[in-house]
Amino acid sequence: MTPEENTARAWTRKDLIALEDLSRWELEMILDTAPQFVAVSKRESGIKKVPLLQGRLVVNWFFEPSTRTRTSFELAAKRLSADTLTMNVQGSSSKKGETLHDTLDNIEAMHSDLVVIRHSYAGAAHILAERHESHIVNAGDGAHEHPTQGLLDAYTIRDHIRKQRNDPDATIDGVRVAIIGDIAHSRVARSNIWCLTRLGASVVVCGPATLVPPEIARMGCDVTTNLHEAIKDADVVYALRIQLERQAKCLFPSLREYVRLYRIDNDSLKHAPRHALIMHPGPINRDLELATDVADGPRSVILAQVSNGVAVRMAVMHLLVNS
Amino acid sequence: MSTPQHELTVVLDADAVASALHRIAQEIVAHNEDLHSLALMGVLKRGRPLADRIASDIERMTGARPPVGSLATTLYRDDLRSGKIAATVGNVTHFDFDVEGLTVVLVDDVLSTGRTIRAALDEIIDYGRPRRIQLACLIDRGLRELPIQADYLGWSLATTYEDHVQVKLQEIDGEDVVLLERVPVPEPGA
Repeated sequence: MTPEENTARAWTRKDLIALEDLSRWELEMILDTAPQFVAVSKRESGIKKVPLLQGRLVVNWFFEPSTRTRTSFELAAKRLSADTLTMNVQGSSSKKGETLHDTLDNIEAMHSDLVVIRHSYAGAAHILAERHESHIVNAGDGAHEHPTQGLLDAYTIRDHIRKQRNDPDATIDGVRVAIIGDIAHSRVARSNIWCLTRLGASVVVCGPATLVPPEIARMGCDVTTNLHEAIKDADVVYALRIQLERQAKCLFPSLREYVRLYRIDNDSLKHAPRHALIMHPGPINRDLELATDVADGPRSVILAQVSNGVAVRMAVMHLLVNS
Repeated sequence: MSTPQHELTVVLDADAVASALHRIAQEIVAHNEDLHSLALMGVLKRGRPLADRIASDIERMTGARPPVGSLATTLYRDDLRSGKIAATVGNVTHFDFDVEGLTVVLVDDVLSTGRTIRAALDEIIDYGRPRRIQLACLIDRGLRELPIQADYLGWSLATTYEDHVQVKLQEIDGEDVVLLERVPVPEPGA
């Protein structure tokens, strides 16, 4: 390995807060760093980890329930040989009135290197990153962003296109992605729109009018309330999770109506190109936003999203800590 | 690029590269009785085409082609963890044989500090327990920082840290040549 093989541009960010902040080359550097970590997780013999974060402390700090994202980050840290600590809000000092800054001061007094935070308030990761020395990774802040989800989705799309076209350097320029569901409350949608459009894809968002704020078009995507319109030329159909816990707010008349108009199933997919990939950030409400036979069908890459998530998170942690 | 006062010399031309690799292949065959448990592992990026050529030579001599793999070593480098070089967009390690019990010959273009080979050893051992690991290098330029030596060597050069050794290979660079760019030692009193 000689210096010329390092990319001319070096990673300089301390934190990963929002994909809105990242340039195209930064997004691509993360995606290009991930394949070597996919290979680590796939090792058939020997040790499925590498020593890049050996002796470092990674703290997972989750203020919202999460199984998938938390375990994915934890596994990513472990496959990099870091020590990990998981802090759940239940039973923590936050319940006793301690501020975020004070709690992080205390974590840092134990010499944490990287802190992964999920919080229901947009901007929580940002205010911590500004004041603290640890590397901060936003694992979801309110309805703002979920950057690692956006990255793993972009990685999964790019990886699939590369295999489909048998071109190891293919990009997602010109790919059409339809994101369906509750756009208004979705940090996944926001991170995906920023990431995919900056990588050259075109994005259309679609859902009931009450769940699709028209201003979202300013992010550079198309907006429609008509599912058939949204998916007619889609290379990727991305179903978001209907957040049942928000149904108390009566944002659409009934689940039955949502299913009739917006569910991704074999019927609605007749309006999409045959090659369209099916994606979902999980956890799925089966047969609500996504039909079971589609979720488990040959076009679904939902489990690939999960596998790639670990590798992409390893890439992020490695770039932040080791650059 | 070289400034006028730097002197650029050809250490090995295409024929010399070919005969050095052929000699390495002969020595590998001579030193390993059980060729069926032999595998070559090219250190990316220029070790891989070298390993492929050595494997072809071994096949011509013995009729059996040892399997060849690629080793990235980037995830095991010590200078990465201390932040001395930027986190790299990786070459990816790939091989489709089990290293357990094999004689693995590491192949690299230039041996210098030995740190790449240290990383390669750690990486291989994470995959299993080879019976032995040997090292083949096209050029040894000295400057060792670890107790590592090549078992099979193409050419040896005395260099300083300031000198630049450049290996070009047909598969990657379009030609076979090894160049040495020397920074002249300033004359005393100059």
